Amino acid sequence: MLERYDPLKGEMFQILDEKARLKSELDPKLAEADLKKIYSLMVTTRTADTKAMKLQRQGRMGTYAPSRGQEACQVGAAYAFNKTDWLFPYFRDLGMYIVLGYPLKDYYLYWMGNEAGMRCPDGLNIFPLAIPVGSQLPQSVGAAMAANFRQAGIAVVCTFSDGATSEGDFHEAMNFAGVFRTPNVFLCYDNQYAISYPRKRQTASFTLAQKAAAYGFQGVFVDGNDILAMYVAAKEALEKARAGKGPTMIEAFTYRLADHTTSDDAAKYRNSDEVKEWEKKDPLERFRVYLKNKGIWDEAFEKTVQEQAAEMVERAVEEAESVPPPALEDLFRFTYKQMPKKLSLQLEELQAFLKEKGR
Amino acid sequence: MMLNLLQAINQALAQEMARDERVILLGEDVGIDGGVFRATDGLIDKFGPNRVIDTPLAESGIIGAAIGMAAFGLRPVAEIQFMGFIYTAFNQIICHAARLRNRTRGRYTVPLVIRTPYGAGVKALEHHSESTEALFCQIPGLTVVSPSTPYDAKGLLIASMRYEDPVIFLEPTKLYRSEKQEVPDDPYEVPIGLAKIVKEGKDLSLIAWGAMMSVVRKASEAAEKEGISAELVDLRTLSPLDEETLLQSVKKTGRALVVHEAPRTCGLGAEISALITERVMLNLEAPVTRITGQDITVPLPKSEDYYYPSPELVLRGIKKMMEW
Repeated sequence: MLERYDPLKGEMFQILDEKARLKSELDPKLAEADLKKIYSLMVTTRTADTKAMKLQRQGRMGTYAPSRGQEACQVGAAYAFNKTDWLFPYFRDLGMYIVLGYPLKDYYLYWMGNEAGMRCPDGLNIFPLAIPVGSQLPQSVGAAMAANFRQAGIAVVCTFSDGATSEGDFHEAMNFAGVFRTPNVFLCYDNQYAISYPRKRQTASFTLAQKAAAYGFQGVFVDGNDILAMYVAAKEALEKARAGKGPTMIEAFTYRLADHTTSDDAAKYRNSDEVKEWEKKDPLERFRVYLKNKGIWDEAFEKTVQEQAAEMVERAVEEAESVPPPALEDLFRFTYKQMPKKLSLQLEELQAFLKEKGR
Repeated sequence: MMLNLLQAINQALAQEMARDERVILLGEDVGIDGGVFRATDGLIDKFGPNRVIDTPLAESGIIGAAIGMAAFGLRPVAEIQFMGFIYTAFNQIICHAARLRNRTRGRYTVPLVIRTPYGAGVKALEHHSESTEALFCQIPGLTVVSPSTPYDAKGLLIASMRYEDPVIFLEPTKLYRSEKQEVPDDPYEVPIGLAKIVKEGKDLSLIAWGAMMSVVRKASEAAEKEGISAELVDLRTLSPLDEETLLQSVKKTGRALVVHEAPRTCGLGAEISALITERVMLNLEAPVTRITGQDITVPLPKSEDYYYPSPELVLRGIKKMMEW
């Protein structure tokens, strides 16, 4: 279905419009339970994100990259995953982590400054989030090449933002994906800003999705604040990848409602009118209105969802804060499988020094 | 069988690929062309294009993809055509390959070998004569290896392919075809992390690796004629250093001369010199000395000989140290 939307013409795949009106011919007809589940995952993401910001302001968390505004693209796409699919995420992807079942405690732990939080639990295939922009793209292609080699029948999803499309690694990865026909889904959160640098200056391309055409595969321009569209687009791209029919790029047209990170003040480079316009398109609001109109959402449901989210978040914070700092040995012992002698000597030196200091 | 270094590498790759179906090769021109130096010659015929992958021209893409493959359970061997072209892959090597084990507390690892020819002395084009091993030696998580003989090339490469962490495998271009050596037909490993005393001596330790081994060997033979007994230490693994073998040798001889073709400043010689001074200073009869490439851009072929430490220059250094 996605090929009906030509990114070169800016044709956008959308199921729920900005007023939450359903294009019924595109309705994925999800069960009520799924719709409610998706809504609660969006609320959990928003709640956990807001909490992380607060923790940072209180000095209980380090620099944090908030996801506010991107809940539909993250949650919608993640909801289409199979357990065996792989994710190569970027640093603003909380909704992905939550939907895929990564312990929120661990996600917090990482941003609190403990490496242990980036150890993906067994049974989940989430690569550690990439900080150097775009560097995860070639890696995701390599994993997908390996999946092809093993005939694993899985999809490999890589998430990144508009800024990453200017990096050389984007080009190299997209080119490899086209040449080797890998089972990749490139999910680009086109959130309009790379820190301060606006999307319009990032590339002269009309859409980002159209870039896929140059690499010989399908790109699709999707309303990233429409969770149904995100779910349907991701599902189709994932199924295509798993079936060995090659890669897809999804451009999720969205907006970073928050600052780049807690160390940034977006007011310096974008005006409040623009932000207000996008706040009207808040993906969470849109979906809530849709569910309400459909007769699925009411105040009681909202209350339950909010309470459950708050409870989960509080528990995660408590658990994360009760994790002791990493043992000194842990800083050394994961550098190589076998610790070289020079490292054990350095560790001993450090331990001796700390002992002298009575620590 | 008598093999040169290039043939030894080819044999190591072929044997390990036959033994372990997870080993796959990728790089520019490694398949149909068999590599620009023919290191992978014939492998695509034996193992097919799914295991010997000709890639588009993209060093970062090659290393990035190899990291993903390794994390997925394969054991990729990536070729970078020349060391001078490896820099566009630095982000992948340094920020990811070297760190993934630590970043994930061991959940994901990168058993990856990055092979690349390095060093001057073959009258090559610009950017084809670099020797920038020290850039990698400083990176925690990387292991840097450089053989100087066909025997070590085969054994070290097999060991590297069985290693659980990323290995930068530096192949001295000058030695690719320069000499042949008897190499066992069966697969074997030369352990990573062990230097080798190539020749015992008592007056001074000549410490080198890769293509410089033939230079120090010549210098030591000349020194021998003048009654100076030099011990030859081939580091083989440049990071982590085999400190024990190195320091034992210097303790015995009381003199250390490090020879490398890389620029002097922050070259591996600086690290070795510091190590010796910190640990065995009281055994020294003379200051640790370095004979190295100059701190200049590697010249084009017409001037290459000015750049490269020669046996004569090393001999002069040896004599100076003995007279100190």
